[in-house]
Amino acid sequence: MTALLERPSAVKRPPRAPGVKAGKRAPYGFIAPFFVVFGIFGLFPLVYTAYVSLTGWRADQPGSEHSLVGFDNYAKLLHDQFFWNALKNTVGIGILATVPQLLLALGVAHLLNYRVRGRTFFRMGVLLPNITSVAAVTIIFTQLFGRDFGLINWVLGLFGVHHIEWQAGTASSWIAIATIVTWRWTGYNALIYLASMQAIPFELYESAALDGASKWRQFWSVTVPLLRPTILFTIVVSTIGNLQLFGEPLLFSNSQSPTNGGSQHQFQTLAVYTYDQFWQKFKYGYGAAISWALFLVIVIMVGLALTLSRRLRGVSDE
Amino acid sequence: MSTALWRRSAAVAGAALLLAPIAACGDSSASGSSGSEKITLTVNLFGDFGYKDLYAKYSQEHPNITVKENVTDYGTHHKNLQAHLIANAGAADIEAIEIGQVAGFTGMAAKLVDFNSQGVDKNQWSEWRWRFGSSADGKQLFGVSTDMGGLGLCYRSDMFAKAGLPTKREDVSKLINSWDDYFTAGTQFLAKYPDKSVKWFDSASNVYNAILAQAPQASYDESGKVIVDSNPDLKKAWDLTVNAVQAGQSAAIPAFTPAWNTGFAKGQFATVTCPSWMMAEIKTNAPDTKGKWDMATIPGTHGGNWGGSFLTVPKSGKHTKEAVELAKWLTAPDQEEWLFKNKGNFPSDIALWDRPDIANYTDPFFTDAPVGQIFSDSAKNLKPQPYGPHSGDIGNAIGNALVSVEQKKATPDQAWTKALADVKNVTS
Repeated sequence: MTALLERPSAVKRPPRAPGVKAGKRAPYGFIAPFFVVFGIFGLFPLVYTAYVSLTGWRADQPGSEHSLVGFDNYAKLLHDQFFWNALKNTVGIGILATVPQLLLALGVAHLLNYRVRGRTFFRMGVLLPNITSVAAVTIIFTQLFGRDFGLINWVLGLFGVHHIEWQAGTASSWIAIATIVTWRWTGYNALIYLASMQAIPFELYESAALDGASKWRQFWSVTVPLLRPTILFTIVVSTIGNLQLFGEPLLFSNSQSPTNGGSQHQFQTLAVYTYDQFWQKFKYGYGAAISWALFLVIVIMVGLALTLSRRLRGVSDE
Repeated sequence: MSTALWRRSAAVAGAALLLAPIAACGDSSASGSSGSEKITLTVNLFGDFGYKDLYAKYSQEHPNITVKENVTDYGTHHKNLQAHLIANAGAADIEAIEIGQVAGFTGMAAKLVDFNSQGVDKNQWSEWRWRFGSSADGKQLFGVSTDMGGLGLCYRSDMFAKAGLPTKREDVSKLINSWDDYFTAGTQFLAKYPDKSVKWFDSASNVYNAILAQAPQASYDESGKVIVDSNPDLKKAWDLTVNAVQAGQSAAIPAFTPAWNTGFAKGQFATVTCPSWMMAEIKTNAPDTKGKWDMATIPGTHGGNWGGSFLTVPKSGKHTKEAVELAKWLTAPDQEEWLFKNKGNFPSDIALWDRPDIANYTDPFFTDAPVGQIFSDSAKNLKPQPYGPHSGDIGNAIGNALVSVEQKKATPDQAWTKALADVKNVTS
């Protein structure tokens, strides 16, 4: 702004009308609502949570509200087996839910890109799972994954597989939860891929075909490289989403204390553990510390995802 | 005792957990309190207290009052109430508190209406009982007592017959006198019952709760210290239960979940430890099994209490006066008697235990078992246990550990170690 103002101008400025100054402020007025709302619902909770995480506040100890304990909560976190377990679960479920999902979405988008009859119907159709509520979807999936009378075990039983208790095993519970996430989000990512696929000029495919490239080859050598920025975007967004995974593991837990995330914390994610400590055990200080740790984990993971994808791109461009 | 009255499915529970904070916001409607003004009273419960018909009756007698009931699951209900009381906002006009949770609310007694000043005589209940609903100094009575959970042993007499076990309740009570007898009978049942998918009991935590309910102490001692790792009775209840689980006696269905509800209807187990309120569970979940169930005395000390509740009136409510009247009415003798006969919730009022209509009541669903007498006797023989603020969460931790043994996810030793770590996580 200052640079602009200092630039010598040959054009004589018209005298300022009283309204002009206000006009310069107007843009700030227009963007203000976002920053005000963000300040109240985004920034303030963030800062306040940081403050609470430095206190020893817990509901069962009256007067502990303002007892500052420094970084004790964070130190305790380092030795908390349930925290590390939750981190492991979050990353594990996250990978299981992201990788197959994005590959699947890419394939679905590719198919939707063909000129088929009823294209719009299919394109809207893949988005349907995404607009249903987490609670409804998870409750239905939990029924499907039922031990004694669930549909999935019944089908597996036809192939001679013994009834699996999906909530019991670490791997089985991760797979079940990742399935729910994948079901909900594949269509959404497919549509994002589809949008950028349609921006790829047709000539590229034409010339590739002339060079004798098969459909498969065209997909890998034309479509995928040109989709890279979009793929990067979906990886980052899915990573953030999966690190905050909450509703699915909570509702999948077929127990009296759902925030425990399974009988041995098999699928207790970080978000669920935060909720458990904050709103179930009422350890406000400690719960706040976990929230902040989760925030840092997300920052690190997204940083990793970005660096990794950039490096991959750099290598293949050479 | 601690994993008490879970009467809701976990799935629905979880959904409620997500929605509860929103749902709880739209509480009482109109303000002001003149006698004829239309008033909606909200009642937050953690299960089916059987009150629905009673509300209708109350509204007939008090045309200006409508009652709206909100049910969330046991865990969520108490957690929400705690949060709402801390915030002085969001609580309903009447809030139920379960006996295993009530110690966590003693410190917040000042935020609840004192029933002593509302014409309630606390001596209608036993001293141990009203003490649970009172402030630490005993001066303020913040909860009026509803039901209690004396214990019986519910069993499927048709299944017993097929397994060559006695079917008459007197014979069953004689055969199953101690907990060892109970598990021995279980071995016999499993060996002889033709359908091998049918197990002896529903869920390890329900058996563990009943055994521990008979001990002088559970997870707290009288001074309020957590004694999970040092209480021999608790470890004994644990050992007995996990041994039976390893012998394959448990249907391993987590209690109070949809699968458990289905278990009753499909007949997946032959016995259930039966606090009085469990009768309502069985009737609701498996109405077709009427006449197949019977009730014997509970093994062990033949006593014990598991569950029971209080009604409280948060001071933050807009219609505390009307709410107090409703709470008093719901816990009055005539309503209590109706609840026992129709729903199975046994009253905690001492005077009612000898009321002929209650003491002589037999339940046709349970093959005319003398349930009135069974629960009156058990109420009179009751030796109360101390509870602490985290009794509920500690019960959860041990319940989860038992589930992990049932799932074969952990050995009993691993599960026990994890349970102790969970208990430590709750208290520190």
